[in-house]
Amino acid sequence: MTTTTKPSSPTPPEDAPPPVQAVARSAGAVLLENMRGHMRQYGMLTALVFIIVLFQIWTDGTLLLPNNVSNLIQQNGYILILAMGMMIVIIAGHIDLSVGSLVAFVGAMAAVMMVKHDMPWVLALALSLLIGAVAGAWQGFFIAYVGIPSFIVTLAGMLLFRGLTQIVLEGQSLSPFPSGFQNLAKGFIPEMGPYTQYHNPTLVIGLVAIVFLLLRERRDRKRQLAYDLDVLPTGLWVAKCVALTAAVVAFTLTLASFHGVPVVMLVMTGLLLGLGYVMRNAVVGRHVYALGGNKAAAKLSGVKDQRVTFLVFVNMGVLAALAGCVYAARLNAGTPQAGLNFELEAIAASFIGGASMSGGVGTVMGAVIGGLVLGVLNNGMSLVGIGTDYQQVIKGLVLLAAVGFDVWNKRKAGR
Amino acid sequence: MSPAVDSAERTEQERPVLEMRGITKTFPGVKALSDVNLTVRPGEIHAVCGENGAGKSTLMKVLSGVHPHGSYEGEIFFQGEPVAFKDIRASEQRGIVIIHQELALVPFLSIAENIFLGNEQRSGARGLVDWNATMRRATELLRRVGLRENPQTSVADIGVGKQQLVEIAKALSKEVKLLILDEPTAALNDEDSATLLDLILELREQGIASIVISHKLGEVRRIADTLTILRDGRTIETLTVREHPGDTPELSEDRIIRGMVGRDLDHRFPDRTPYEGEHTTALEVAGWTVRHPVDQQRKVVDDASLTVRRGEIVGIAGLMGAGRTELAMSVFGRSYGRYESGTVRVGGREVRTRTVPAAIDAGIAYVTEDRKQYGLNLLDTINRNVSLASLSGMARHGVVDEHEERSVAERYRKSMNIKAPTVHEQTGRLSGGNQQKVVLSKWIHADPEVLILDEPTRGIDVGAKYEIYTVIDKLAAQGKAVLFISSELPELLGMCDRIYTMAEGRLTAEIDRADATQEVLMRHMTRNRS
Repeated sequence: MTTTTKPSSPTPPEDAPPPVQAVARSAGAVLLENMRGHMRQYGMLTALVFIIVLFQIWTDGTLLLPNNVSNLIQQNGYILILAMGMMIVIIAGHIDLSVGSLVAFVGAMAAVMMVKHDMPWVLALALSLLIGAVAGAWQGFFIAYVGIPSFIVTLAGMLLFRGLTQIVLEGQSLSPFPSGFQNLAKGFIPEMGPYTQYHNPTLVIGLVAIVFLLLRERRDRKRQLAYDLDVLPTGLWVAKCVALTAAVVAFTLTLASFHGVPVVMLVMTGLLLGLGYVMRNAVVGRHVYALGGNKAAAKLSGVKDQRVTFLVFVNMGVLAALAGCVYAARLNAGTPQAGLNFELEAIAASFIGGASMSGGVGTVMGAVIGGLVLGVLNNGMSLVGIGTDYQQVIKGLVLLAAVGFDVWNKRKAGR
Repeated sequence: MSPAVDSAERTEQERPVLEMRGITKTFPGVKALSDVNLTVRPGEIHAVCGENGAGKSTLMKVLSGVHPHGSYEGEIFFQGEPVAFKDIRASEQRGIVIIHQELALVPFLSIAENIFLGNEQRSGARGLVDWNATMRRATELLRRVGLRENPQTSVADIGVGKQQLVEIAKALSKEVKLLILDEPTAALNDEDSATLLDLILELREQGIASIVISHKLGEVRRIADTLTILRDGRTIETLTVREHPGDTPELSEDRIIRGMVGRDLDHRFPDRTPYEGEHTTALEVAGWTVRHPVDQQRKVVDDASLTVRRGEIVGIAGLMGAGRTELAMSVFGRSYGRYESGTVRVGGREVRTRTVPAAIDAGIAYVTEDRKQYGLNLLDTINRNVSLASLSGMARHGVVDEHEERSVAERYRKSMNIKAPTVHEQTGRLSGGNQQKVVLSKWIHADPEVLILDEPTRGIDVGAKYEIYTVIDKLAAQGKAVLFISSELPELLGMCDRIYTMAEGRLTAEIDRADATQEVLMRHMTRNRS
């Protein structure tokens, strides 16, 4: 029968006790907290590095040879582009099954425009992206404004666009494309300046990237200090900057000792930065997260749910069109069978990269990491001579393990 | 407590049905329970009270095997024998059944199917369901809980009150010996609550002991024999509510509250700070009529007119289903029902509130009664929830200033006393009171003229309630107009300048603070049409 008179002290929530909070927060605590929010992504980044190291050893160093790195990027460019769009769709709480068919359809339309009608490739590319936007708007309209579940609408789209592809192509493949268009998938940034051992523009790009990253790090840190928020201790921060620089230098030199930066990588990096920025910092990006996390609450907070959903699918349509063009350019043909199962690859990449079935969670960067995990696995296993049959099995297990790890991790944190 | 009897002499009757001794449960970094004791005598109703986070739910999870044996320290004796449950099934087999706050029924299955879910009446050994036995036994059980419904009715078609009875029927089908009810009346209206409480009393007559977790002290006093108070994961005291069933309770609400918060709560409400500015009319709703979204014949809100002045707190009192939330939500961007007629003026100017963004632009904010469903993105962090309704104000060219967002949230974390290590904590991990503070922060930061608060203190503990009242008072003192919807009459009487009563969709009276008593309010709240 105690009758203490002290006021009730802070009590943790019953179901989800937060971890111990020290009064003076140590470096480790700050770091841990930084990481906790992105557990799956850091986990997958670690897994990616592990897979790279594994295959680097297994292939006696072939994996990271400059020409294979270029190859890897060009081989996976279109999947990564799709995965970025798919990630946003999944964050918004939807799914898009039609992207594989849309890739084929846009590739076919591009082929018709360029091969049959001799259209200049720049114009054809622009029109292709427009077709993608219209296709996305078509699906987005039914999902956002009519209210048909995205699974159904895009399943219909999957059949519809596949059928249209065959109609447009009359069952035939169309080729060849102008070389300018082919460069989209196969080209590199042209060499400039005096002969050095390395590809000059690539070195410049690498330098710019390092300066950009370091400036951003410094700006963020300054702002955080100005707002009196927790920051990494100086030592750790410097270490982070050094690691970042080293990674960029290594990657730049690898690319620069072959043909330089592939065109598709430039496109991808642009998308990654742009979409990542929009999802992180733009109002519309926040609205996507809010809708996926709790649609009812988002609507009652003034989020225009229909418009945001519509835009998400238009964006997916444009990205699928871009991927369609890159893929067609890589094949140098528009074919009826293009893009088969691409939607599944993109969805798998998103989930490996940290998306959640219920929406509201994930990052564009995560989709790229997830896509790279699959891409490096593909490439590495091919190099060591594992057949496509076993490759499928292994990729399936990786997807299962990645999501399983996340579920396990969440349960551990939640209970 | 029970008279001191030597344990050897205890008869079967007097031996406790349940004894939990020295229960300690630690989560990584947090001691949720430390050395908790709980003794339940046969056939008694034992209430467990405590603030949110006091450890009530955790204790019940330990008892029912959700936290399996081995994950906690201490001993549990059930009917005199030590038990070690490894999961819920194991505890159910012994006759301990827990009914959670959120009902665990499958909406599209029938009542009978739900009752025997996981415990199907089988015919033979072939894994087939014996439908005759299912229906026969379901009918029996429904009669026992006093629910007159066809067992084949789908659960989605009956109200929450009846669903709660189905849950109890389900528990009875498992030969329950100890029934645990976690906030059983939280979602029920007064009539359904009364039915349920009567049923719990009736089950006691049949020898079924119950543990009832409740925030509603009136109910605790009505049904409980014994009361254990937890605070900060410790047993504070066990009190006798009444010696014999049917006696009037010996324990006052103030006495219980004192145990729960560890101090006397002389002031359950803060003193109101007067607003110094002009008391011009801020919100004026006139002739507001809304029809039910599906049943077009029904007017859910019928010709409602009200005003709220700057610096004023105006209450809306009404029973469940009176149309209070519906009125508020339809004014707020027509988020409920089919609008028929009516106008809204903010600051004397007629405003269009056809959509939620339009209502927000007009200076109206609505803080929902159901923060988990309609108030928060539980997956996201505190700062992102706080900013959601005012993102464009924090953005330049459509780009959110993250650092400003963070410092804004940090400011609210401090001023509202949100208990979280940083603003990057997921809101899903906060306690109810702290979640409510996040929702309030969101709408305060949207800087509206008019705040509609719908049950802002539902399901949160006494201490946090006081903090929320203080915030509301501050808002009024700053000249905001506050419309305060609540089911708790003392709360309205303690906070409001004026109170409207609502019944069957209509505003039945407008009562000044000086004239308002619970009896007056209740009379107008129960006034029937015609």
